[in-house]
This record gives sequence, C-alpha cells and structure tokens, in this order.
Amino acid sequence: MRVLVALALLLGLSAAAEPQVTLPDVEDEVMCVECRTALNVSSAPVADQQRAFIRDRIAEGMTKEQIKAALVEEYGPDVLAEPSGGGFDLAAWLVPGALVALAGAGVVLLAGRWRRTPEPPDAGPDLDPGDARRLDAELTAFDK
Amino acid sequence: MRPRLYWPVSLAAAALVALLTYGVASTGPDTSIDEQLAAGERVEAPVRDLPVLGADGTGSLADHAGKVVVLNVWASWCEPCKTEMPLLQRTHERIEPRDALVLGIDMQDSTERALAFLREEGIEFTSLRDRDREYARELGVSAYPETFLIDREGRIAAARRGPVTEEWLDEHLEPLLEERA
Repeated sequence: MRVLVALALLLGLSAAAEPQVTLPDVEDEVMCVECRTALNVSSAPVADQQRAFIRDRIAEGMTKEQIKAALVEEYGPDVLAEPSGGGFDLAAWLVPGALVALAGAGVVLLAGRWRRTPEPPDAGPDLDPGDARRLDAELTAFDK
Repeated sequence: MRPRLYWPVSLAAAALVALLTYGVASTGPDTSIDEQLAAGERVEAPVRDLPVLGADGTGSLADHAGKVVVLNVWASWCEPCKTEMPLLQRTHERIEPRDALVLGIDMQDSTERALAFLREEGIEFTSLRDRDREYARELGVSAYPETFLIDREGRIAAARRGPVTEEWLDEHLEPLLEERA
C-alpha cells in the first residue's frame, strides 16, 4: 500500500513539474496571418485574436504541438513560421543550404591552394665553363 | 574576375534574382479583375467549394446560379467589416425577394469568434469559410472588407475594395437586379 501511495505521489510530482506552455513559447513560432510578420512582434487586430486563441488553448491544457495543430486547423498552414516544405517554401531550405555548400566548396578550394608547396624558383640556364671559372675566381678573390 | 568563375557566378546570381522576383510576384495581389472591370468587361467569377461557416457541408457561388450575389469578404477582427455589416444585412433582406442574396466569405478567422461576431451583429445571411485565403487570392483580395457583385450569369460586374456604401450599392446593384438571366 505504501509503495502505491509513494508511486502516486511521484507521478503527481512529475506531472506538476512538467512546465506549462506559455504564450511567448508559442508566439515566436507562429505568424500573424494577415500582416505576415512573427506573431510576437505584431500588433494587428488579427494578431490579438490569434493570441486570444492561443491563451484559450493553453487554458484548456494543450501542449505546444497541440496548440500549433489547432492553429493550423483554424487559420491554415501559413500560420506556422516554419515553412511547410512544399512548393516555393522549399526555397527557404534550399537557398541557405546551397549557399552554405558553395561557401564550403570555396573554403576547400582556397585551403587547397594555400597548402600547395611553392615551386622552386627557376635556376636559369647553366653557365658555360669559361664563365663558371671566372665566377669561381672572382668569388675566391672576394673571400680574400 | 577569372573567366573560369565568371559563368558559374553569373548563373548563380541570375538564379537568385529570378527566385526573389518570383517570390515577390507570387505574393502580390492579382489585379486582373480590376483591370478588366475598368475596361468595362465582366469577369467570370471564380467558383470554389468552401465549408459553410457554423454548419455542416460546403457551398459555393454555383449554388446560386441565376441569382445576383453580393459577395462580401470579411473577418471578425476587421473593424470596417463590423461597420458595414448592418447595411449588408438590410441589403440581403431587401434583395432576397428579387432572386438575389448576400453571401459572406469569412477569411483567416477563428470559427468561434466569427460565429460570435455574426450573432452580435444579428447577421442572417450565409457565410462560407476561406480558411487558407485561397479563394480570396483568386478574387485578388488584398484587404478587408471587399465586395463583389456577381450577375445572374456568374460574372463579376463590380468590385469594391473597401467598405461598401449605400450609394455604391444603389449605383451598381440596382441595374444588376433589373437584368434577367
């Protein structure tokens, strides 16, 4: 019996410890459907209606994901700040990805160039034996 | 710039500009209806099955073939929509015996709030729900409220981008009511 009571207490505590969703938690992942800005920076009348909708769902005890699903049900998929992934929305994922890939390729190319050992300087044509003898004599005289 | 890099960089820049242009163009309102109306032409009204607000089933302009329809786009959070609603309700009551009606299109709205709004304003004409704004896009709607007069052949005869007035309805609706299909 004691074990059961302890278990029930633990379960109760863990449920109480689960953080409740707040308006700011949801607001920054949602768009104002009319003004097309993030809900947390919008002061349009429809944004006030959306915030009231979110508050009502929080009061009903919904989780963040459930609230987002309810928002989509009510206002359509455009209400989510994260692009849905279809059609032109794909550009939101593809363009940054392509830019990162291009930048990466550029870095790899440049790094390859920097690491390449420089060619030894061109020594030029060999001296003919006469010039070589004269140069040696000059250097010997210079050393004296 | 090295010739080897010139074409890839130019192509990438052109693709980026094309993408931006497409993005901007695809989000702007369609003005073709206004242009045709300004040229004195009537425009085939778009027809789309939409859920009936506060009831089961769907409805569309096709359900009112042969009638003059005052198609009003509204939302409960839109103050000017609230202002023009009594005039639209009076108009609905006045034109109903003449084979005509007001049909509302509620857009991007909470169903609960939209129904409360209609109750508070005492509105009895039917409204359809355009949740995703798809139908409104076809009508070139860019703000609220907007009203379209549909003739008995299903063509847009006049459009009002903004709140309707008694004068505008007298000028554009009366002649349509006189027309026979």
